[in-house]
Amino acid sequence: MADTTLAYAHPDPHRLRGIPHAAVVHEGPAPKRIVTGFGFWIFLLSDIVMFSCFFATYAVLVDQTAGGPKGSELFDLRRVAVETVLLLLSSFTCGLANIAADIRNKLWFQVGMAATCVLGLAFLYLEAREFADLVARGAGPTRSAFLTAFFSLVGCHGLHVSAGILWLLTMMAQVFAKGFRADIGRRIMCFALFWHALDIIWVAVFSVVYLLGSKP
Amino acid sequence: MFGKLSWSAIPIDQPIPMIASGVVALVILGVLAWVVLAGHLPYLWREWITSVDHKRIGVMYTLLAMVMLLRGFSDALMMRSQQAVAFQSQGYLPPEHYNQIFSAHGTIMIFFVAMPFVIGLMNLVVPLQLGVRDVAFPTLNSVGFWLTATGALLVNISLVVGEFARTGWLPYPPLSELTYSPGVGVDYYLWALQISGVGTLVAGINLVTTVLKLRTRGMTYLRMPMFCWTTLASNLLIVAAFPILTATLAMLILDRYFGFHFFTNEAGGNVMMFMNLIWAWGHPEVYILVLPAFGIFSEVVSTFSGKPLFGYRSMVLATMAICVISFMVWLHHFFTMGAGPTVNAIFGIASMIIAVPTGVKIYNWLFTMYGGRIRFDTPMLWAIGFMVTFILGGLTGVLVAVPPADFLLHNSLFLVAHFHNVIIGGVLFGAFAGYAYWFPKAFGFRLHEGLGKAAFWCWLIGFYVAFMPLYAVGFLGMTRRMQHYDVPEWRPWLLIAAAGAVIILIGIVFQIMQLVVSIRHREELRDRTGDPWDGRSLEWATASPPPVFNFAIPPDVTGEDAYWSLKVHAKQQSLGKREPDYKDIEMPRNSPTGFVCAFFATIMGFALIWHIWWMVAAGAIGAFTTFVAFAWRDHDEYVISANEVARIDRANVEERRAMTSLAEA
Repeated sequence: MADTTLAYAHPDPHRLRGIPHAAVVHEGPAPKRIVTGFGFWIFLLSDIVMFSCFFATYAVLVDQTAGGPKGSELFDLRRVAVETVLLLLSSFTCGLANIAADIRNKLWFQVGMAATCVLGLAFLYLEAREFADLVARGAGPTRSAFLTAFFSLVGCHGLHVSAGILWLLTMMAQVFAKGFRADIGRRIMCFALFWHALDIIWVAVFSVVYLLGSKP
Repeated sequence: MFGKLSWSAIPIDQPIPMIASGVVALVILGVLAWVVLAGHLPYLWREWITSVDHKRIGVMYTLLAMVMLLRGFSDALMMRSQQAVAFQSQGYLPPEHYNQIFSAHGTIMIFFVAMPFVIGLMNLVVPLQLGVRDVAFPTLNSVGFWLTATGALLVNISLVVGEFARTGWLPYPPLSELTYSPGVGVDYYLWALQISGVGTLVAGINLVTTVLKLRTRGMTYLRMPMFCWTTLASNLLIVAAFPILTATLAMLILDRYFGFHFFTNEAGGNVMMFMNLIWAWGHPEVYILVLPAFGIFSEVVSTFSGKPLFGYRSMVLATMAICVISFMVWLHHFFTMGAGPTVNAIFGIASMIIAVPTGVKIYNWLFTMYGGRIRFDTPMLWAIGFMVTFILGGLTGVLVAVPPADFLLHNSLFLVAHFHNVIIGGVLFGAFAGYAYWFPKAFGFRLHEGLGKAAFWCWLIGFYVAFMPLYAVGFLGMTRRMQHYDVPEWRPWLLIAAAGAVIILIGIVFQIMQLVVSIRHREELRDRTGDPWDGRSLEWATASPPPVFNFAIPPDVTGEDAYWSLKVHAKQQSLGKREPDYKDIEMPRNSPTGFVCAFFATIMGFALIWHIWWMVAAGAIGAFTTFVAFAWRDHDEYVISANEVARIDRANVEERRAMTSLAEA
């Protein structure tokens, strides 16, 4: 041991002068559910940063149509409205499934998840139809920088929804096989967070891409 | 069947890559043969490859960094020797090969040396300093490491199969677009970075969550060791910046694979958007690397001066200020873009402002040393070498932050000298200091001091000899990445720089010798107490190497410098005699998920590079199946009984008591 003696340079910032027990108490590591949810939130934030890059790119390239069609000539707001309703409804059913998981009701969990799945698939179907229509009209992603940015941003969201559906089906199978174990419960919570986050992204896509883009 | 892949992808007619890869292949085969024949494979599989222990993963990260340092440094030697001989001649490296070498050098040194080195040290140390048993997500930690290894593997495969990018360490379009880089080089770069980038993001999420949510009792934010603070800042930057890299590289991939128009010259693509996006990641990235190094120096300087860190709270503030401002300076990488005087002035001023918190840190380290009883062990030498070198690098950085000056110095060797000055003098010296400082903690014995000091002096002198001439030759107008040149005034400087690279090489040889000698003499260098440096933070409160559960009893923290105050109290009150009440400990089980997942990621990456679509699908299905199989397992923890915990802990307590009474006698 060294022979260094020292007086502390700073008093402990959490102990108020002369009142030793008025300290801010830190109780130690958080429980697993908090840790998992927190970590997943951090992931979602990073995912949103990634989306924001695609939004920024879209904003830069939106007028670079290279002589091709503009958004107002391409977007079908009615279809987008239906897509939005489907996705928002799926968030509601996802919330129901989450509540069912909390009260450990297998039947309603599966019903909620299945409804979420169907709504999500319907959303994806409409999006795929939109993409196919655009490509058929010669307005595919290689036509202009604007369409590149449009397909990438909307497609990135669609890819997330697809991955979400794969996750959803896995969770249904897992609950069916294993029931509501603690770790499965945490995964359901994370899935619900993910699904709701996709909704938030969609609201931004809807506003920035479709609503602003439909102005002639 | 095999996409673009054919036998012509293997460069049999080029002796240099063939010989290099032949040697590498022989070494790998030799090591594998030794591992298998000596029967070490089950041990390696059980204790390392499938390990989810943060300490083991930290060690593997560091090992990966060191191996890749050899690869990246051999690239550096080739560049220095090429420029030494390529005066009014072609030298010995043809342009297309030389371009691959400087691209590989930069890519490897940043992504597969500096990153894994600092992430490895953070992984190893932070849970110990926080007084907890592991990181927040142990299995994901393993996944993150193995994905990083996948990226490194892909870069090395490009040596033999195909080629690497010739576009520099950041693949600027339009050069990196398919029109101008039709080969697979850029694709190797892109997929290696995408895959290792996922690994880095996972590590970042893990460490942020660990610092914010897993601290032992009483470890409030303002009692955390400085290294935990810089880890927090660095990983917040990872979480906020790496998605930008992922998105940017994804856009380039879309351009190259599907003919999109993000960064093309035609159809309205915007080349400068790539520069903005990549540097919106790239500038935070340099702080991702250097902040942990700052943390290491804070620990080292305080420990080896025998004093608490001077200005702890100003240090916290400076760290978080750097964390925020680092996102506001990216445009200084391309002042010459033509954004106009207002924009350039704003970013120039922001770039100078970020030097202020860094200056605060330098003064804090100096004042920590002031009046201290300084011990000049190897980690402290690295710290002092850093302070001198980094100040110089910082000053040249402030110089290029002045837009008019930057117009002259942009892309010259002055710039190359500047960023090597801060990355070698800052990040690498920090990593080496951390390596020497925490090695005894990780393995239970110290590194050989004499050889460590020899390595330090070679690195320090070699650095100055190698890079000071580059400042000069940059002023003489030499631009970076030149395969040959005709200006006689440049020649002497480049010869000196080559000599500097050789001195650094000697330093690396000393480091390898140090490792070998230390392993052979490990019994003499054994650290029995767990506290070889008379440390101040909690990692020194447990045995070296720590048991898998780190702490038998979670420590209770009552102030800054948690372990130091524990020691002072123990001396004053002869406490710690009473045996604690040991309890069963639950630890996460090992899992091959990370390794298997990385195996499939490697297949997928390779298939994507060569357009072998069925293999892409196979890799993706394999990776997904791995995750489902992991999610399906029923037992994810095992229990270490209280008796076992007591047995392990008592041994350490005995050792410590024996050593302490010896020291007092």
